[in-house]
Amino acid sequence: MTTTRSKPDTDMPSSKEKNNIWVFGDYRNYFRNRVTLQLISRARELAEKTGAKVCAVVFGHDLDEYVNEYIAHGAQIVYVMDDPSLKSYNVESYVHLMADLAGKYMPDILLIGATSFGREFAPRVAKRLSTGLTADCVGLEINDEKLLVQTAPAFGGNLLAKIITPNHKPQMATVRPGTFTEQPHDDTCTGEIVRVLLPESDNMPKNRIRVISSEYQPQRDKKLEDAAVVVCGGRGMGSKKKFKKLFDLARLTDGETGATRPVVYARWAGHETLVGQAGKNIRPQILFSFGISGAIQHTAAVNDSDFIIAVNKNPNAAMMKIADVAIVADANQFCSALIRELRKRLRD
Amino acid sequence: MLKLVVCIKQVPMVSELPWNSKTGTLRREMAEGMINPACKHALESALVLKQEHNCHITVITMGPPMAEEVLYEAIAMGADCGILLTDPRMAGADTLITSRTLAATIETRCPDFDLILCGCHTSDSETGQVGPQLAENMNIAGAAYIEHMELNGRTLRMKRVVDEFLETLEMDLPGLVTINTRTYIPRYVPLDGLQNAFEKQDIKLIDADELGIDPKTIGMKASPTRILDVYSPVEEKKNVVMKGAVKKMVDRLFDEYGDRISAAIGKDLKTHDHDEEQT
Ligand SMILES: Cc1cc2nc3c(=O)[nH]c(=O)nc-3n(C[C@H](O)[C@H](O)[C@H](O)COP(=O)(O)OP(=O)(O)OC[C@H]3O[C@@H](n4cnc5c(N)ncnc54)[C@H](O)[C@@H]3O)c2cc1C
Repeated sequence: MTTTRSKPDTDMPSSKEKNNIWVFGDYRNYFRNRVTLQLISRARELAEKTGAKVCAVVFGHDLDEYVNEYIAHGAQIVYVMDDPSLKSYNVESYVHLMADLAGKYMPDILLIGATSFGREFAPRVAKRLSTGLTADCVGLEINDEKLLVQTAPAFGGNLLAKIITPNHKPQMATVRPGTFTEQPHDDTCTGEIVRVLLPESDNMPKNRIRVISSEYQPQRDKKLEDAAVVVCGGRGMGSKKKFKKLFDLARLTDGETGATRPVVYARWAGHETLVGQAGKNIRPQILFSFGISGAIQHTAAVNDSDFIIAVNKNPNAAMMKIADVAIVADANQFCSALIRELRKRLRD
Repeated sequence: MLKLVVCIKQVPMVSELPWNSKTGTLRREMAEGMINPACKHALESALVLKQEHNCHITVITMGPPMAEEVLYEAIAMGADCGILLTDPRMAGADTLITSRTLAATIETRCPDFDLILCGCHTSDSETGQVGPQLAENMNIAGAAYIEHMELNGRTLRMKRVVDEFLETLEMDLPGLVTINTRTYIPRYVPLDGLQNAFEKQDIKLIDADELGIDPKTIGMKASPTRILDVYSPVEEKKNVVMKGAVKKMVDRLFDEYGDRISAAIGKDLKTHDHDEEQT
């Protein structure tokens, strides 16, 4: 059964509340971004090796819905600070509250989703706690010394680094959404909800950043980042007219169309299709890449694709080297043939 | 006069990085250096402010002696002077320690700064942590991923898109921003600018002793994180190369990878259609 208790923020934690694994509850984009649930799931696996409890920590207002979700997805304790004054996401106050709470409870590990918010929030918390932080981890393990081994990419994913924080607590990491898989929702899961009261307002920092306006702008083109199939084209497609075929292919495969910078500059496709350092990161199950040379500013953003099929007339293009299947052909001709064949195989 | 400080980092020029094709590893020691792309956007944003207001721009970098190059480049683009923090004892610092060292530098060398500008992440270690941690160290207002700035008196108005929220923010100076790479496209470095930068010689080299910082608090030894291992991801990738007639290759693609394609597009695909067709 899920139990609830309240405690003032000055209350000291019991020993079983120490050395746990904490996951920051980043609920702002909950329905589109389940990174908190993914982290809770991974934390449970890590906890099996350290014997810790998995706790979610959440700040805001009207949070019951999220709190229950966290429990249904594996959180054993949820620390909640629920107050009207915390209604809007604010880095400064959230940093203050997290640093304060973590300073007291001394979690062994603190995991934060690598959302834009998380990427600004986490380093500040780490600085307040004078501890180490690894960004954008793609892997988390517990080693024989019971330390968190954090795998993080460098050089646009061309290199991976294994990093530990041996002598400081908490060991902190941000993790990209989609790296781990959430546990299925289970209503029979139980947990403990601890409502921590907000510190006296005198003890809260004065916000130095004023939010003048904050509008939710769901990006239609967000689809590109989440698409299971991306059809990406470069200068090698030859012309705007020929490039249009890629939109057809994308439609046929229920995918999205992406483009390189020269394509966007030439207005063969809109800016929202730009894939790369100056545009979107993609991680489809299949990436079709047509007439793209494979400059690092582009490949850095496609490295996470599960399977890459590249078509280029130059077998030595960098894009062909990172592809799973490298097809030496005229991009435009191959695209037409592929569309024809797909239509046939999809018919009825 | 508004005092701007831009923190920049020299990173290896990855697109031209020499790869060891046998082992798939990066030969970093052979790489050429360049200004980290995001830092260049930060510098550009400072230069735009300078066009509209009376500003003085100091660029600071921490790195090996060769990192002086990026300061010359920054001055050629329009910065006024540079500081190179260089000391073998500073090497290997993680973001916590880097931000602390930068903070000590700004506090002693540019104590009357108004705005600090940083790139939003680096292309080599890719953390994006130094900017926010620097703001914490200096105990000033800070905002990340800024795409647009407008200065009215001592108030800086900023725009950014974070997690699908379009935000307009304000802070009173002094403060810190990290600049996103979507706007403030960096200007080209004029060749004569580079010449002038070398002649101007407005670059100070500072080591830990001159900075007056305790050597125990800098570099790898002081850093809470430890790198155990750096490796290039072992790809089970086969890199199958196909050559020949287009139609044959399309068929082969479906024969060998049809399942994968079908799973990704979430639809069933007929198999061996081409055989039927031929008969
Ligand atoms: C700061 C910075 C940021 C950048 N950000 C981005 C970014 O976000 N996204 C991005 O994409 N780029 C970005 N770039 C640009 C990037 O460096 C490359 O210039 C760009 O990705 C190249 O695009 P491309 O592959 O379409 O063109 P090209 O490099 O010109 O390559 C065309 C390819 O098509 C092949 N080809 C030609 N004809 C045919 C044919 N008939 N059939 C088959 N293949 C053919 C050629 O062999 C070649 O490999 C950035 C650059 C900088 C400096």
